[in-house]
Amino acid sequence: MARMASAAKLIRNLYRDSVSLMQLSATLAALPGIEQASAVMATPANLALLAEAGLERGRIAPGPNDLLIAVRGRNASVLESALASAVADLDKPPPLTAAGGPAQTPLRSLQMGLAQFPQANVALISTPGEYAAAEAMKALRLGLNAMLFSDNVDLHDEIELKRYAQANNLLLMGPDCGTAIIGGVPLGFANAVRRGAIGVVGASGTGTQQVTCLAHRQGAGISHAIGTGSHDLHQQVGGITMFQGIRALAADRATKVIVLVSKPPAPEVARKVLGVAKRCGKPVVVNFVGAAPESIGGRNLHAANTLEHAALAAVALSRGRRPPREYSASQPGAPPAAHGDRMSRSQRYVRGLYSGGTFCYEASALLGAVLGKVWSNAPVDPKRRLANVRNSKGHTLIDLGDDEFTRGRPHPMIDFRLRNERILSEGADPEVAVILLDVVLGFGAHPDPAAELVPVIEKAQAAARRQGRDIAFVGFVCGTELDPQGLERQEDALRAAGVLLTGSNAQAVRLAASIAGARR
Amino acid sequence: MSTLFSKPLSVLNLGVGTFADAIRQGGGEAVHIEWAPPANGDRATGIALAGIVNHPRVEAANAKAVERLLAAQPRLEGIGIAREALPGMGRRMILHAGPPIEWSRMCGPMKGAILGAVLFEGWAANSKKAQALAASGEIDFAPCHHHSAVGPMAGIISPSMPVWVVKNATHGNRSYSNLNEGLGKVLRFGANGAEVIDRLKWMQQTLAPTLQAGLDRLGEIELKPLMAQALHMGDEVHNRNAAATSLLIKRLVPALMRSGAPPADVAAVIEFMAANDHFFLNISMAACKSMLDAAHGVPGSSLVSVMARNGVDFGIRVSGLGKRWFSTPAPVVNGLYFAGYSMADAAPDLGDSAITETAGLGGFAMAAAPAIVKFVGGSAQDALANTLSMTHITLRRNGAFTLPALDFAGTPCGIDARRVVDTGILPVINTGIAHKAPGVGQIGAGVTHAPLGCFTQAVSALARSINPLARSINPRARAVED
Repeated sequence: MARMASAAKLIRNLYRDSVSLMQLSATLAALPGIEQASAVMATPANLALLAEAGLERGRIAPGPNDLLIAVRGRNASVLESALASAVADLDKPPPLTAAGGPAQTPLRSLQMGLAQFPQANVALISTPGEYAAAEAMKALRLGLNAMLFSDNVDLHDEIELKRYAQANNLLLMGPDCGTAIIGGVPLGFANAVRRGAIGVVGASGTGTQQVTCLAHRQGAGISHAIGTGSHDLHQQVGGITMFQGIRALAADRATKVIVLVSKPPAPEVARKVLGVAKRCGKPVVVNFVGAAPESIGGRNLHAANTLEHAALAAVALSRGRRPPREYSASQPGAPPAAHGDRMSRSQRYVRGLYSGGTFCYEASALLGAVLGKVWSNAPVDPKRRLANVRNSKGHTLIDLGDDEFTRGRPHPMIDFRLRNERILSEGADPEVAVILLDVVLGFGAHPDPAAELVPVIEKAQAAARRQGRDIAFVGFVCGTELDPQGLERQEDALRAAGVLLTGSNAQAVRLAASIAGARR
Repeated sequence: MSTLFSKPLSVLNLGVGTFADAIRQGGGEAVHIEWAPPANGDRATGIALAGIVNHPRVEAANAKAVERLLAAQPRLEGIGIAREALPGMGRRMILHAGPPIEWSRMCGPMKGAILGAVLFEGWAANSKKAQALAASGEIDFAPCHHHSAVGPMAGIISPSMPVWVVKNATHGNRSYSNLNEGLGKVLRFGANGAEVIDRLKWMQQTLAPTLQAGLDRLGEIELKPLMAQALHMGDEVHNRNAAATSLLIKRLVPALMRSGAPPADVAAVIEFMAANDHFFLNISMAACKSMLDAAHGVPGSSLVSVMARNGVDFGIRVSGLGKRWFSTPAPVVNGLYFAGYSMADAAPDLGDSAITETAGLGGFAMAAAPAIVKFVGGSAQDALANTLSMTHITLRRNGAFTLPALDFAGTPCGIDARRVVDTGILPVINTGIAHKAPGVGQIGAGVTHAPLGCFTQAVSALARSINPLARSINPRARAVED
């Protein structure tokens, strides 16, 4: 062992409490070259301790009101600088007490949040799915309504949560509930829409977004939009939240018309839903996305064949008018002739690249009815399921929000990388005539979708043109002028990039179909 | 549901932070929760917890348990001999701190202290024979807590030792603690040399009877008012007992003078107490134990009634879960160390003294003790923050123990095991640090936290006792195929 030097310094009549001195000792001991350090009040007991530690050998005669600093280390210069730093430290004025009072403990749990904000009435839960059911159960037990944005919750857990909510007069929206608007306040992915007389109960987030935006763009407004989550009309769940939603809107004085949006439920559940709707005492517009509307009817029930139709019907009913029987009013005209001129003979197919699952599903139904075989990773007709989602064939519609794509990355409404790559690869396919796109605005979505899409669209088009082709980009923006991204700004930028914009998904699909239909 | 549309929307947001921003932008009120998976991500415990959050049975049980805790009135009744006073104390029994532990697993200071107790009792003639006896299985080792007792550090109580007797006047239960030996080479840190044994003999033969004579003269001492006063004088009655010790001496001295005890003994006893700022600690602990024992045993209650460490394991007991211990390895305290010592020298957390925190004192009352706040490495504001953070895991405020620095708010008391697991906020404990080798003594002090594992076990057990048949939420993650 290397020889160590030691040194001590005595400061007369300087008192410091033992904890301060222990801190000082620790600081000194951490200095380079110092092996041991101790700062103590020079009481006999402390001196004995120092002697025991081999730090002090009785060379000085201190008194109990004196402060003794003893150090041992590599060499004299190290010791000297350590003692100097100790003296400097002891000379320092005490730190001023932090302003603004003691640090607040961050809120760690729903219960803690509720204790601090007793007026809270909703928990919005978007934790990883494996923890979401437990948090939802806590919310309900604490008397909070809950919106479960998270997905991947066990179906049995969903049933248990929903039954508990129902029994306790609470609303559980979700799991996998992307969108709700309660009293004008957006929850999750939702658009800024004015308040009004139309209430929505939606099992589909983007479906609800489309209906609320289109109603807003017609000058109407939304009372509340309740999300049920995508599994609510599952046979086993049986539509608990949808029934609660219908009843709540039926009892709500602001709501004059109710819109129900869902993928087609099991027939048995559909019968029950329609039964509740029939008895609710208010006009109800029903859009079972992608389903034929014939099965729906009754005095107060109005079938809608598209999300757009549902919105227009609700607006008409809210104004005391008869709803349009079937949507047709703004059927787009023929595609600009110039497009057909510039296309090559090989270009025949529509490729839809959707960020909204319900839009994709609706497109699958509408496009299939016109063009026949339409492949998809989320088809209405299970026989048309795409074998490999990475490879399009014929007419193909891709839901990029599907689990397969979102695992480990943000939703395509937020993160455009995947869709942009796919636009380029579809654009390079000589058989592609139309690329169909949805652009979703609103809270939670990307702050500037057009800025993401425009350069990629221009690049894909330029590459195609170099090869003697011209791609028809067809799309629509789901949003309002009140949304943070600004509807007009987004539409202008996309139009300037040559995108053929329509007002809705249904219109965009029809335009895409007519362009592709003309190529056959 | 009934109020969802009629009242302004106010949202607690858990998960994606930007949703809270959107709600505020959209005209709603939103508070973001800094959520992390509870129980360190142990899903089964998280689900068990969800099943008992705000559960009416647990709430009712906790209300009752904490009410008993608050209503307890500990009084210092006198001094007894362990073998006579302690319920169930065997003739060849040695009590120790913390949850149960067998000889072979005990830490150095505890083994050293047990050898000292064997020598003190005269069960062996020398240290080597004491060692053989301790290892032979002929001595019953039991936690102090199994006999309504508590002891700091090693917490060793053997049959002939004098013990403080504290009676809870409200509920009639008694609790016990050994007498504090002072600092330096002492049994509770595992020292067992002649000076230690001699001191224990003196405590048995002189200190105890003299104090008893004084107490006979004085009558019972109400401990809550004394402790409350000490809090107002800068103690938290765990790691700082300077004020409480002074207050006790102030009460005892006139009585001792008039007790008729030999003046030389009286002088020695007063000197002994005056030389040890921690003399009151063991009484503080017994008082806390008597309050918590009153709160123990309420079926369904999640109130933590014991936190204790044996230098190897950290264990807790819960009011509604009977005699079970929920234990996990004791942490080594990352505190301030005396010159020449570091964490590498430290025994894991040791002693029953966390009973003070369990009762809402010690670290929970840090706001009262700015003088020791530097153990948290910070300002007086940090002391307040420590106390305030404990309000989130406790059931009530104790109006008997007020905190001037917090505008005389009561100390947070009645730890709710559910809230510990749900928030991840761990009970703060002010503690001394023992050297891992027997007999070296105290080598530092600091602030530590009770380990989460004890609380997750307790929450799971409580959930099973509340919902024995409920499948509740399915612990297996299974995605729904839609």
